[in-house]
Amino acid sequence: MNNLSKNFIWILISIFGASAVGVIAMNRGESINALWFIAAALCIYTIAYRFYSAWIAARVLAIDETRATPAERLDNGRDFVPTDKWIVFGHHFAAIAGPGPLVGPTLAAQFGYLPGTLWILFGAVLGGCVQDMVILFISTRRNAKSLGQMAREEIGPVGGTAALIATFAIMIILIAVLGLIVVNAMKHSPWAASTVTATIPIAMIVGFYMRHFRPGQILEASALGVILLLLAVAGGGWIDHNQTLRSLFDHEGLTLAWWVMAYGLVAAIFPVWLLLAPRDYLSTFIKLGTITLLAIAIIMLQPDVKMPALTQFIDGTGPIFGGKLFPFVFITIACGAISGFHALIASGTTPKLLTSERDIRMIGYGGMVLESFVAIMAIIAAAVLDPGVFFAINSPSGVVGKEAVAAVAKISSWGFPVTVEQMHMLARQMGEATLFARTGGAPSLAVGMASIFGNAFGQSLLALWYHFAIMFEAIFILTTLDAGTRVGRFMLQDMLGNIWPKMAQTSWLPSVILSSALVVAGWGYFLYIGVIDPNGGVNILWPLFGIANQMLAAIALCVGTGILFKSGKSKYALVTALPLLWLIIITSTAAWEKIASNDIRIGFFAAANDLSDKLAAGTMPSEKADIAPQLIFNLHLDAGLTLFFVMLLWLIVFDMLRMCFYYKVGKTVPPATESPYTASRFVEKWVRD
Amino acid sequence: MLRKLKSLWQIVRRLSGDDAYEQYLKHFDAHHQAHSDNSSCHAPLSKEMFFRQWQDDKWEGVKRCC
Repeated sequence: MNNLSKNFIWILISIFGASAVGVIAMNRGESINALWFIAAALCIYTIAYRFYSAWIAARVLAIDETRATPAERLDNGRDFVPTDKWIVFGHHFAAIAGPGPLVGPTLAAQFGYLPGTLWILFGAVLGGCVQDMVILFISTRRNAKSLGQMAREEIGPVGGTAALIATFAIMIILIAVLGLIVVNAMKHSPWAASTVTATIPIAMIVGFYMRHFRPGQILEASALGVILLLLAVAGGGWIDHNQTLRSLFDHEGLTLAWWVMAYGLVAAIFPVWLLLAPRDYLSTFIKLGTITLLAIAIIMLQPDVKMPALTQFIDGTGPIFGGKLFPFVFITIACGAISGFHALIASGTTPKLLTSERDIRMIGYGGMVLESFVAIMAIIAAAVLDPGVFFAINSPSGVVGKEAVAAVAKISSWGFPVTVEQMHMLARQMGEATLFARTGGAPSLAVGMASIFGNAFGQSLLALWYHFAIMFEAIFILTTLDAGTRVGRFMLQDMLGNIWPKMAQTSWLPSVILSSALVVAGWGYFLYIGVIDPNGGVNILWPLFGIANQMLAAIALCVGTGILFKSGKSKYALVTALPLLWLIIITSTAAWEKIASNDIRIGFFAAANDLSDKLAAGTMPSEKADIAPQLIFNLHLDAGLTLFFVMLLWLIVFDMLRMCFYYKVGKTVPPATESPYTASRFVEKWVRD
Repeated sequence: MLRKLKSLWQIVRRLSGDDAYEQYLKHFDAHHQAHSDNSSCHAPLSKEMFFRQWQDDKWEGVKRCC
């Protein structure tokens, strides 16, 4: 194709993309077809990938495909293995895409569909994708070192320690909030609880099958597992209709929370082959399958988006979480736009598989593009619901009231009409007792997915689709929960090993049990408070998680910016420095508001003081007064944590700036640790291709 | 069409690790037969032993994200 027609195609894509964004942004009052979202997303991704990522690869990073990668140089047939780029892409995507991009956009839909959609699209192509690609590149040039190691060696010990602490903190808060989401999805839902419970023995059967019965037959074992999971979803419906069995799985949130903690402890102690590894296969297959199915269903069905572009809650009075559009939409949607956690996968794990530096663009940048697309589908699934239904499911009873009549009156008074009959009807269709105040995002996503699947593939199976969607979310939330508890355990064992070396032995059972118990106690505490909090807990925990995740992203971008600067590319440093600046602004503003705001729904201290005043005045009903002291303590703790996170962030930013300044004025800085050039043996083969 | 399905199946096998043992044997053949007297330094691992090590390795460190 000649240049002219090539340019013409790109101009067409740009015009079409711009019009799609325009339609989404300008639409007021009427419903809008979901295909516009898909069109806008695809155009933006294609243009950004074709031009921006190519420019970063060629100019900023100066990717050199003649240079041997660590996988080629250190090939040991085990962890360092030169691998086909599509396979690496699959591994990388399966590792980065968890429940985050599904939950954040659902919660942020309280502002309307527009802010979330724009942040997911532009945040990803200018921030998240760039972060993942740059970190993947610098780790590949450094023998696949981890983010923490690179921060320590290239910036200084402060950076390394900050990265370690941030990782540990995110892990704890992430697991707590994910645990809370699962608990809220199973609360008084025998169908959901029994299906989620069944995933545990199913994973064990699969684990036993692939370890002992037919060693290494992964696909065979996984196929068996997927079939059993689908049967478990159907079986849950049968249990739900059986009076005696039903009561076995019908529990309060708090009981379920204790079970989730017990499960987390056992799962972190059990060998990986029994529970973690097999369940990861199941969750990966189910996740990829469901996301593909959702994309097909949205394209087939072309549902109308009923949520307005903007709601009045941009002023900070939203029922799902308090806080204005700026900065809270950027904190609520971390995964899907920019996620610091990805830097841990992009350093250390994925670089060990890269055959050529040329693949960095597709895997680093492209992998995040796909995750961003998952987030777009989540926002579509939230926005196709009637806004009244969306708010009825997601608003905690502490905000709209416990009684159905009061809740619908309140929600309708916001201009989002909904009736008790409508909610009852919906709950019956989905096979649930009630859908009021099912906070956490999972139930509303499941209702959204069930209605999309139901319309596309058959209305009669709504309850099955709903519980399938719940199982789909629960299974990979539980995988993140075990994997996270285990990583936390290793990190803690490592730290405790500095005090008493025997603790660092990962096979010494007393150390394993003690450190696992400490990690579980850490997230279990936040989970417990989240469950007893009448405002649902998610409204506190999710912003905290967002702040922590964005802080880790800021650390990763600091490492990237510092290294670009040091390698004489300061004129390109804005590529990482601008997203970094944006993250510093939003995390600091959000942290400031969470600490200093006088609004009791935003400020931790304001909420704590309000509770103490009410407690002192004796105006609180006794059930609330009993838990108030715990809630007050927790609010103070959360304020402390937020302050700690933001101080850590500033510390590493200043350390990076100090390093850049020293470099500029010619003082000694830690030397660049890039491994020396070795010519790749694979290159000639490409030249032939 | 059949060829495409076959290559898709190969991708699924490779991604899941279903063919990890075959890959290991290939790697073993390529790297461990270099002795002049044509005897390799040790025999390759059995499928069961290989799979154990492979699975335990795979789960070290941060492997899953949010």
